[in-house]
Amino acid sequence: MSAQPETVAAAPIKAPRPKAMRRLEPAAIAGVMSREVANFRTYWKGTTFSSVLEPLVYLLAFGLGLGATLVDEVEGVPYIQFVGTGMVATAVIFSSALPSMFGTFVKHRFQNTYEAILAAPVDVEELVTAEMLWIAARSAVYGCVPLVVTFFWGLDPAPGMLLVPIFAFVTALGFAGFGITMAAVVAKIDQFNYVTALFITPLFLVAGTFFPISGLPEGVQVIANVNPLHQLVELVRGGAFGFEAVDILRFAFLVAFALVTWRFAVNRMSARLID
Amino acid sequence: MAAIELQGVVKRFGPITAVNGLDLDVPEGICLGLLGPNGAGKSTTMRLLTGQAIADEGKLRVLGFDLPKESKPARAAMGVVPQLDNLDVDVTVEDNLAVYARLYRVADVGAAVDRALQIARLTDRRDAEVDKLSGGMRRRLLLARGLVHDPDLILLDEPTVGLDPQIRTELWTLIGDLRARGTTILMSTHYIEEAERLADEVAVMHKGRIISRGRPADLIAEHAGRQTAEVYAPPQRLAELRTAAEAAGLRVRPAGPAIAIVGSERADNGVIPEDAVVRAATLEDVFVLLTGEEAE
Repeated sequence: MSAQPETVAAAPIKAPRPKAMRRLEPAAIAGVMSREVANFRTYWKGTTFSSVLEPLVYLLAFGLGLGATLVDEVEGVPYIQFVGTGMVATAVIFSSALPSMFGTFVKHRFQNTYEAILAAPVDVEELVTAEMLWIAARSAVYGCVPLVVTFFWGLDPAPGMLLVPIFAFVTALGFAGFGITMAAVVAKIDQFNYVTALFITPLFLVAGTFFPISGLPEGVQVIANVNPLHQLVELVRGGAFGFEAVDILRFAFLVAFALVTWRFAVNRMSARLID
Repeated sequence: MAAIELQGVVKRFGPITAVNGLDLDVPEGICLGLLGPNGAGKSTTMRLLTGQAIADEGKLRVLGFDLPKESKPARAAMGVVPQLDNLDVDVTVEDNLAVYARLYRVADVGAAVDRALQIARLTDRRDAEVDKLSGGMRRRLLLARGLVHDPDLILLDEPTVGLDPQIRTELWTLIGDLRARGTTILMSTHYIEEAERLADEVAVMHKGRIISRGRPADLIAEHAGRQTAEVYAPPQRLAELRTAAEAAGLRVRPAGPAIAIVGSERADNGVIPEDAVVRAATLEDVFVLLTGEEAE
């Protein structure tokens, strides 16, 4: 061996040996998240670049392009501000559903990361919860970028906007749960193409980001109303232009969405990870 | 108290029974080598012990905890070194260890990392990205990760599989150090030499159950006697010698291009040809006789 044997510390570093351990321990969740943070430090530039640039491209293309040529205002709001507030939802889904799908799949199937984590005192529920919380925290930050950029096109700051990171966080939790569930369900990574085509793109397009859903056919409006992204779009616009009473229901809907996908993700990942 | 107690454990995957009525006790403070060919059920046994597989039948108890119900506190007290390298390759050696120290709820993460680095002799590489480490250093880091919380029991799942001889020897030195410190070790392997060198006791696993167990020297004495005669010859002559040896009550096993006549010290005159190479019986002789598989 190249290195000489070293003197090992005399006093061993014993981890606690509890007789029993409960579910959803904050220490386990924090431990898993610390792994994500350590890795994120190595790739944050690329992820941040794409997560910020992608919605900005949409914002500029639709907001400035259509706003300068076809649409001045929508529902009394300058079109670029209408799109800018809606783009928060786009940033959230792109920075939550996609990383959770691909990240989970790669960590499980290619890197065997979860096998190592589950050999420690961490259960699948804690693992999935930590992954969802981390992705949601990132998305809450990235989701606010379009809103901040829209300030430069005349959007006035409003106190309600302080709630936007919370709305984005809860919505991203739901889409992270959705993505993890999909990662547990698909057999091969290319099957994510189906998920994107069948779920993510339609949800993105009928969220009311680029046009009000009131102009859509009635059947599509029903679908749009159960679209979590649409609820997020409306909440962000509420924060920017004034809340309505129904916004409480919208937020409750997003919380329910997050809870449901969380349980699905835990269930499907347990089936995938525990033989 | 035994560190590991398995009774009648069965694990099926559809029509395949990977573990088939496994009984296994591992007393505290010993290194037990779980020796078996590929597909014997060793890795499934390891997964059962870490709660990543749930037994269909039988009782499992690890460090006094009943599995799978109390798997989590059991895992808090054991360390696992996996067969596959699943390190986080883009982060540093130190970060890899610190994450797992947190997962194991170690109070002083810095001290635990320092100690693990010392054990694995990687202190001078603490700031290196894992991607930049040699294969041997990565295996040592995997070992350090499994030891970062100073476990009472360590599971080594094929710790040197696929490694070149030099790296394997490095790992053996580290495992030998652990053994000397009295850490209870369960080590699955299909390398005879590894089991022979490191294990206080060897349990031979075949088709999901233990078919023999004991100290290597005792297993050899029990199943293979004192001497083995290896004969290299054309296939036709080997077949004739085999028939003659078996007719004389000796056990014969294939040994690559040769045959090995086991227990040759008991042979009558003329059974062992003069050109045979007579050597001391080994654990490999026992392994092949018991499992019918060629050893690695």
